[in-house]
Amino acid sequence: MPDAQLLAAQDLRLDVNVLDYAILALYFLVVLGIGFAAKRAVRTSLDFFLSGRALPAWITGLAFMSANLGATEVLGMAANGAQYGAMTLHYYWIGAVPAMVFLGVVMMPFYYRSKVHSVPDFMRRRFNGATQLLNAGTFAVAQILIAGINLYALALIMDAMLGWPLWLSILVSAAIVLAYITLGGLSSAIYNEVMQFFVIVAGLVPVVIIGLTRVGGFSGLGEKVKQSVLGEGGLHTWAHTAGTGNPLNANWIGLVFGLGFVLSFGYWTTNFAEVQRALSARNTNAARLTPIVAAYPKLVIPIVTVIPGLVAVVLFGDLGKDGGPTYNEAIPLLMNEFLPNGVLGVAVTGLLASFMAGMAANISGFNTVFTQDIWKAHINGDHPDEWYVRLGRIATVVGVVAGIGTAFIAAGFGNIMNYLQSLFSFFNAPLFATFIIGLFWRRMTAWAGFWGLLSGTVCAFASYILYKAGVFDFGTELNASFWGAGIAFVVDAIVSVVVTLATTPKPESELRGLVYGLSDASVSDDALAGDAAWYRSPVILGAGAVVLAAAFYLPFL
Amino acid sequence: MAAPQRLFDIRRVIGGLFLVYGLILMVTGLFDSAQEIQKAEGIRINLWTGIAMLVVGGAFLLWERLRPSDAPSPSDEEE
Repeated sequence: MPDAQLLAAQDLRLDVNVLDYAILALYFLVVLGIGFAAKRAVRTSLDFFLSGRALPAWITGLAFMSANLGATEVLGMAANGAQYGAMTLHYYWIGAVPAMVFLGVVMMPFYYRSKVHSVPDFMRRRFNGATQLLNAGTFAVAQILIAGINLYALALIMDAMLGWPLWLSILVSAAIVLAYITLGGLSSAIYNEVMQFFVIVAGLVPVVIIGLTRVGGFSGLGEKVKQSVLGEGGLHTWAHTAGTGNPLNANWIGLVFGLGFVLSFGYWTTNFAEVQRALSARNTNAARLTPIVAAYPKLVIPIVTVIPGLVAVVLFGDLGKDGGPTYNEAIPLLMNEFLPNGVLGVAVTGLLASFMAGMAANISGFNTVFTQDIWKAHINGDHPDEWYVRLGRIATVVGVVAGIGTAFIAAGFGNIMNYLQSLFSFFNAPLFATFIIGLFWRRMTAWAGFWGLLSGTVCAFASYILYKAGVFDFGTELNASFWGAGIAFVVDAIVSVVVTLATTPKPESELRGLVYGLSDASVSDDALAGDAAWYRSPVILGAGAVVLAAAFYLPFL
Repeated sequence: MAAPQRLFDIRRVIGGLFLVYGLILMVTGLFDSAQEIQKAEGIRINLWTGIAMLVVGGAFLLWERLRPSDAPSPSDEEE
């Protein structure tokens, strides 16, 4: 780790006292308690991996939301808020909500009713074993890399706030995450995710309230943002997006197609760490409602991320400048500035818990895919059920240890948000293209799935390498990842079509329940009493979320 | 139904945690020094956050009590 970062981190030292530590310790006692309780409830591998498919939509929905509210979400979006202003709202209202609704309304029935246990498993059913292995392999690698980012960010905060050395923070956080996932599997991880969601909100709301008081409310914040480095552009989302004269240097086509369509749909609809939450729902309707229930809190999360970012840029003139604190430190700086001991402990707890939830989501995704889609499907599938539960626990340990390794890789990157976006463009964008074409075009063949996915991934990777080597000029790293995602999507689509035309399609009988328009009559209707009510209709609730997202844009055009 | 439903209800866990946190913060807030109140722009933030957390925690416990999730008919929870 470069010296400059160490110095910056040491500058920020929160004044935590014994009260704050007590609040933190209490939280982790409860977390481990849930792990022990969950352990007694875990019987079969289905219980361990998919929570026995028994959870109601409000738990899986909040778990879905919380799985996303990890390290990069809280610190990264506050950092983006400080750096790009109101344009950060795009990550929520066009970059998340429409895709979450689409996942619930259109795609979830295929995932849930085909009884797959993972996204790669779906790939096997729709295409073939080779596609499953390819998808499982890239997913496993991606999860370990992202777990490393979460672990690094967590350790960085522990280091900056509590004064623990980085290596110790990494090891301690890894040990806690390891303990609660191995003990209770997914149930424990999901329950903890929901809990940390409420704690982090409880910790961040006081920061927002005091911050807004300091700058003179919303109108005062608006005035001061105009006078800040962001200027007038910091208050708008769509203004000047015909060209690139806006804080994000992005035009509306890039925002709508790159962020709103390829990156966002790619992330939300195929990211197994997310989809897994919905697969543990108790029936099809609850599974469909999962991402939609999550879309509503997602709409208002910017209140505790983007607003603190804006307050920070107004209050700390040297934020993001050479020698000043980095944008990533916006929220910790505000906590340091405003919060007395007590609330400070809650905020620190919420932040640490949120990083852990992110890492736990990566690791539980990794262990399911490694055990089921790589080992059971391609190495040895003849063992009894308990053997795979044990393998899943071993995979968790291996995943956490590997995550410690990749945490040190993440430490080598200046901006973890950009690193993460690049990873998404390699792995999620081509997967989404293969998925969506395979879903709507029943002729698409098994090998088209494999070659399309492979070529898309390779091309996204190649475009990133060429950008790094200076061959392509995309301006910013973030823009490069938008383009990488677009290239991956288009190449994947072209290769899929070409290979399809040269190979024979699968017979319709094998595709029932896996493609649009070919339903599987053998799957019984699993609706429960009350599912017909309007307030449990995925279409109505989904439409409501999209309309609200559009309405929320109005004050920030 | 499957075992995880019999795990102690998440609402009880969150409710309990928030009650304890709320109590700690409220008591702390009552004894906050002028300097600490000054830091938070004159808002007794520990006190108010504590009260808010007590209310939220109580609401979770009430919800869990009124609609326990292991009821025979699964037509219970929503938002």
